[in-house]
Amino acid sequence: MGFFSKIKEALKKTKNSLAAKLTDLFSKNKLGDEFYEELEEILISSDVSVRTAEDIVEEIKERAIGERCRDKEYVIALLKEALYDKLTIADPLEIETPAVLMIVGVNGVGKTTTIGKLANLFVKDDLTVTLAAADTFRAAASEQLAVWGERAKVRVVKHAEGADPSAVVYDAVNSAKAKETDILIIDTAGRLHVKANLMEELKKMDRVVNREYPEANFYKLIVLDASTGQNAYNQVAAFKDDVGLDGIILTKLDGTAKGGFVVSLCGELEVPVCYVGTGEKLDDIEVFDAEEFVEGLFE
Amino acid sequence: MAQFASLSEKLNHIFSKLTKRGRLTELEIKTAMREVRIALLEADVNLKVAKDFINKVSEKAVGQEILKSLNPTQQVIKIVNEELIALMGSANSKLEVASKPPTIIMMCGLQGAGKTTFCGKLAMHLKKQGKKPLLVACDVYRPAAITQLKVVGEKVGAEVFEKGQGNPVKIAREGVKHAQSYGFDTVIIDTAGRLQIDEDLMRELEDIKKEVSPTEILLTVDAMTGQIAVDVADTFNKRLEVTGLILTKLDGDTRGGATLSIRAVTGKPVKFCGTGEKLGDIEPFYPDRMASRILGMGDVLTLIEKAESAISEEQAKKMEKKFRENAFTLEDYLVQFDAMKKMGGLKGVLAMMPGNKMKINEADIDESRVERVKAIIRSMTPKERRDPGILNYSRKNRIAAGSGTSVQEINKLLKQFEQTKQMMKQMKNNKMFRF
Repeated sequence: MGFFSKIKEALKKTKNSLAAKLTDLFSKNKLGDEFYEELEEILISSDVSVRTAEDIVEEIKERAIGERCRDKEYVIALLKEALYDKLTIADPLEIETPAVLMIVGVNGVGKTTTIGKLANLFVKDDLTVTLAAADTFRAAASEQLAVWGERAKVRVVKHAEGADPSAVVYDAVNSAKAKETDILIIDTAGRLHVKANLMEELKKMDRVVNREYPEANFYKLIVLDASTGQNAYNQVAAFKDDVGLDGIILTKLDGTAKGGFVVSLCGELEVPVCYVGTGEKLDDIEVFDAEEFVEGLFE
Repeated sequence: MAQFASLSEKLNHIFSKLTKRGRLTELEIKTAMREVRIALLEADVNLKVAKDFINKVSEKAVGQEILKSLNPTQQVIKIVNEELIALMGSANSKLEVASKPPTIIMMCGLQGAGKTTFCGKLAMHLKKQGKKPLLVACDVYRPAAITQLKVVGEKVGAEVFEKGQGNPVKIAREGVKHAQSYGFDTVIIDTAGRLQIDEDLMRELEDIKKEVSPTEILLTVDAMTGQIAVDVADTFNKRLEVTGLILTKLDGDTRGGATLSIRAVTGKPVKFCGTGEKLGDIEPFYPDRMASRILGMGDVLTLIEKAESAISEEQAKKMEKKFRENAFTLEDYLVQFDAMKKMGGLKGVLAMMPGNKMKINEADIDESRVERVKAIIRSMTPKERRDPGILNYSRKNRIAAGSGTSVQEINKLLKQFEQTKQMMKQMKNNKMFRF
């Protein structure tokens, strides 16, 4: 499958409902207050936040009125533009080696799987990769990462279950330095962003990397499950507050979930989306492309 | 920050505006209801479900009921509350037990919903009830899923039946047979997470169902799920006729509107909630309490229930006697702390208290201080624990060194202990007081 065809394929299910709702809206309503109110609800029902939905609809309405436009097709063009603008507020992430990628997120979003896919992606680019199994909490998490490491043919640094995750990070950093690895990817345990002690644990790992490997480019990426609702905002806000975030990886986009919240996340919190996960296989990962994403929603 | 306002805060806000306006007109209700609808959408309630809900509430609110009332706010809250409860199901539903053992429970759901962890929690829950559960590992796809189930099984002391990466349908059948031969009364089948649109994997679940005829088919849903919850629940329900729902990760700050959605679309009861990462973090679902939790009325009943199971009756009797005789010692103080831990720690207790709207931050509550207090008491000799009066400077220094604390901390603890004793003395004739 081609570079973009897979993300389009994955988004086909996404656009069905949004496109269907919009078609329905355009066929029955004239451009008026009720039309815009319903447009706002359609956006919210794609998991876009209320604030961003209001923002976008307000902007479209103003422009449509300002330009004295009564053409619904033009309104779609305006909507696309507005969505694209939100998605590109933050600069896209560019990874420069030597790099450390710390992958964070709440439980069950697909961190470990994503790391396997990322490793494979980098290996295909002829980069050397080391994985750090710093999820020492969940049962069999490091075994799971080891399987992915085998599949992508990269080294995995791991300790026993229950070990201090910062100790794993410390060892992995030193190992990466010694072997002059291009990219070190750190798998962390899933943690709900409201658990202060677990967030402290994450900050400690953050400090270890900063202290032990200052010459590396350190990126922190949050993994979000496309089926999540409005809570995604709280997740990104909290992780950004505590350790800072350089990008979002949106997973499970092969389902019917819309992942519409990324529009609000990019817009309101200014964290760019950098990768999307589109399945359970090693190759099911794509670099995020805002234009493709928006087009995919409407095609 | 509007972004973080809970559904209950929103409704409160809306209704506080209503209070100021006095009696209600149809138009005013319509305005308020649009805000309720937005609040519901923001809480991840599905658009269609939210609209249905609003229609029902509006119908009831606009009519005579509200006009007759002198306090429209109370009326509206009552109607909203009643409708919320109705939407979430009217009563707590226990697990079905097969007339001929073993009872077979099949788990299903999307990837990452928390099925494997919940299998462990359920096994522990059943063991506490004196049952003998067998865990069957049918997730043959996700790397290390079987190992995860084995680790979880070992932690709760439940046997795990596995056949490696074999055929899940066959493994399920053999698992049930194994349970029959070795006297297990309950079989918990862990299945791989799958998308509801994955035709092959959905058929696999149907095949497992046909093969073992489960007593319960439980759909596990992440409480943070968005609008899609409806599609997921609807498809799983149509394909498998699920018998119940499990809500996981409720310990986050999600508003949990997905609960309303999946209830509305499947009509199936929520049987359990996952409320933490520990294997004991499982709670039954009480729709009425959940509704009052959404409306900000706290969850006092759950707290009481937890307290009851954390302190055994025998312990409670002993403690009560000590109160009467005013013989409460530091030793008993320690028991109390342990009981508190079983109830989910200070944080868990606080979260269930009514009127507690603050964001619960574990660092603020400082559970580590509790650990330090426990360390201090554990560093005392039995004699010192019974009679802290004998603690002099040298003894305190020894305890401080032994527990890694300071003499000041020990003094603080002793003061607190005295205060607790005083408080208990005052309460001892109060019948309302119980553990």
